[in-house]
Amino acid sequence: MLSVTGLTMRFGGLKAVDDLSFEACANDITAVIGPNGAGKTTVFNCITGFYSPTSGSIELTHPDGRSFPLHKMPGHRIAARAKVARTFQNIRLFAGMTVLENLLVAQHNTLMAATGFGVLAVLGLGRYRAAEAAGIEKARFWLDAINLTARADDPAGALPYGAQRRLEIARAMCIDPVLLCLDEPAAGLNPRESEELNQLLLRIRDLGCSLLLIEHDMGVVMRISDHIVVLDHGKKISDGTPAEIRADPTVIAAYLGEGEEDEVTA
Amino acid sequence: MTALRDAFLSAAVALGLFGPMVGLVTVSSDHGLFLRARPVAVAVIVGLVFFGRLGMLTWRGRNRAEATRANRAFAERITRAGKYVTPVLLLAALALPFSGSRYYVDLGTLVLTYIMLGWGLNIVVGLAGLLDLGYVAFYAVGAYSYALLATTYDLGFWTCLPLAGILAGCAGVTLGFPVLRLRGDYLAIVTLGFGEIIRIVLNNWVSLTNGPNGITGIPRPTLFGLRFSMDGGDGTFAGFFNLEPATIQRVIFLYYVIFGLALLTNWVSLRLRRMPLGRAWEALREDEVACRSLGINVRNTKLTAFGIGAMFGGFAGAFFATRQAFISPESFTFIESATVLAIVVLGGLGSQLGVALAAIVMVGGLEALRDFLSFLGDQMGSELFSGIASELPLYRMLIFGLALVVMMVLRPRGLVSGRTPGVSMTAPKEIDAELVAQGRS
Repeated sequence: MLSVTGLTMRFGGLKAVDDLSFEACANDITAVIGPNGAGKTTVFNCITGFYSPTSGSIELTHPDGRSFPLHKMPGHRIAARAKVARTFQNIRLFAGMTVLENLLVAQHNTLMAATGFGVLAVLGLGRYRAAEAAGIEKARFWLDAINLTARADDPAGALPYGAQRRLEIARAMCIDPVLLCLDEPAAGLNPRESEELNQLLLRIRDLGCSLLLIEHDMGVVMRISDHIVVLDHGKKISDGTPAEIRADPTVIAAYLGEGEEDEVTA
Repeated sequence: MTALRDAFLSAAVALGLFGPMVGLVTVSSDHGLFLRARPVAVAVIVGLVFFGRLGMLTWRGRNRAEATRANRAFAERITRAGKYVTPVLLLAALALPFSGSRYYVDLGTLVLTYIMLGWGLNIVVGLAGLLDLGYVAFYAVGAYSYALLATTYDLGFWTCLPLAGILAGCAGVTLGFPVLRLRGDYLAIVTLGFGEIIRIVLNNWVSLTNGPNGITGIPRPTLFGLRFSMDGGDGTFAGFFNLEPATIQRVIFLYYVIFGLALLTNWVSLRLRRMPLGRAWEALREDEVACRSLGINVRNTKLTAFGIGAMFGGFAGAFFATRQAFISPESFTFIESATVLAIVVLGGLGSQLGVALAAIVMVGGLEALRDFLSFLGDQMGSELFSGIASELPLYRMLIFGLALVVMMVLRPRGLVSGRTPGVSMTAPKEIDAELVAQGRS
């Protein structure tokens, strides 16, 4: 599905990502873990087009067989055409807009296509009305999925932290992605919220969307991922199923540590 | 106690400042130039500063939370009143020409021009969050487009109006391209420069624009082919309706033209706000990076905002040219951009009603203040205020500036600061201004 080959990203003299190659399979939850500064977010920014990599290639293959060279595409195309959605480590919602508007902005390209270059819709003609109704229906589906239907007309900035995290995921899902990249979705959540998040992510996977996630919360990572990639200093140090990673001595030395064994299995 | 000391200090500063400026006046007589003292005027000003400062400090001394709550209640009241204010304003605007006073209709035309400019700029600054200090450039492009097309190719106003809008829109897109990567202050500086460049080009490209001498004899608009001329013959408005020809007919017609243009601007921006494009503009103001991650083409979205905003500026410019029948680069200085931007900021970024109110206050209010001060000056012809009465109207800018400062202290987010969402599942709720971004990041 997603194949990263020889990815290198330099910032001046610093090699943030060094010759990284990994695969993420369709309908899998792939986790990217590693200590702070290992280059996880840089990899994400390369995949989602916020950085263009110094060298290497990122290929995304859709379930229908079309393939997209993500390393060559401009940022907005990656979301619009290649259907790769992402969330951010520090939440980036449209705080002054309502929850519903946030979800509709995410469907911008679909809705915009229905407005006939804006002119017809301004005059009240064309099929925009139906398109908007469909957009609101999709928004309602995701609002139900994240339990925020009652707050649809509240500004996103007024929601509690956990709800903002969920809303950001729902917003990303509104572009109908085939690959959803989550940058530390469980950061700052309490145990109950992070359990809800697990359920949401599993549900998204069952809907046919692959997930790529960066996470420090090993409880989340070990329980839901199908496949884990471990980075350290921009290099891949391990790659495998959760059980393999947990047993890998290099990962324990670099990241998990001996004492955390209990926490990992918990 | 500290308040009292502070007030004394302010009064002392005021004395130092206004003592020489207001207290001494030069009088020329047959024997040369004399200095005359005006102690009473200085005393009045110093007294005003003293009590004003004292009052302000006492007012501020109140509970902070209470002040915030009062402010919020005021905002809610304004929002509720807004429902009634809009139709009242519309009716008043429709009925204004029936007053029959040329002065009021002229003033109304001026106010409506600024309302239209404000609404146009509101698309760029208020919705898309792109701080544009050179909006007058598009106003100038529109005005010169009409003037040149009409005088060179003998085209009518209604043919040229869309052309002027399109040309100004193209100018907006052209400006937009190089500044796409800039944000906030940097964008403001570049747009400021662009505004000046246009004016300087108009001033120096003498073969095309006739330079500082301007363009004269710009044709007036017609009503379905009926001219507004004074001969009253066939093909004129007065002749067709068997009326006595009068200038006021043209003035009133022009008033309704700008009224219609302003309403068009308002309608389009209100419609666009409910469309994906308007929502994308607002999303851009809130967070550009998130927009990109959702597949929104940030470049094109910004360009449409620049283009559409500029197009309405161009319409207003064409109207300005046809109303004045004469334009020169002097009409398009930075002060115009600053006035329009002040109207948008004072009204509340993104608020249509706020912009209209602010334009009425800033343009109409300034005129009213001049009238009031002249009236006041006439009334107090006594010995006590000798000298100051006649120059009272000159202080209007000072008072106006003070009013702006007070306004920004009391309501920093503008007159109507909340944001009403364009789409909702149940009942739309007003969004508190604190949450809405201003496009500075």
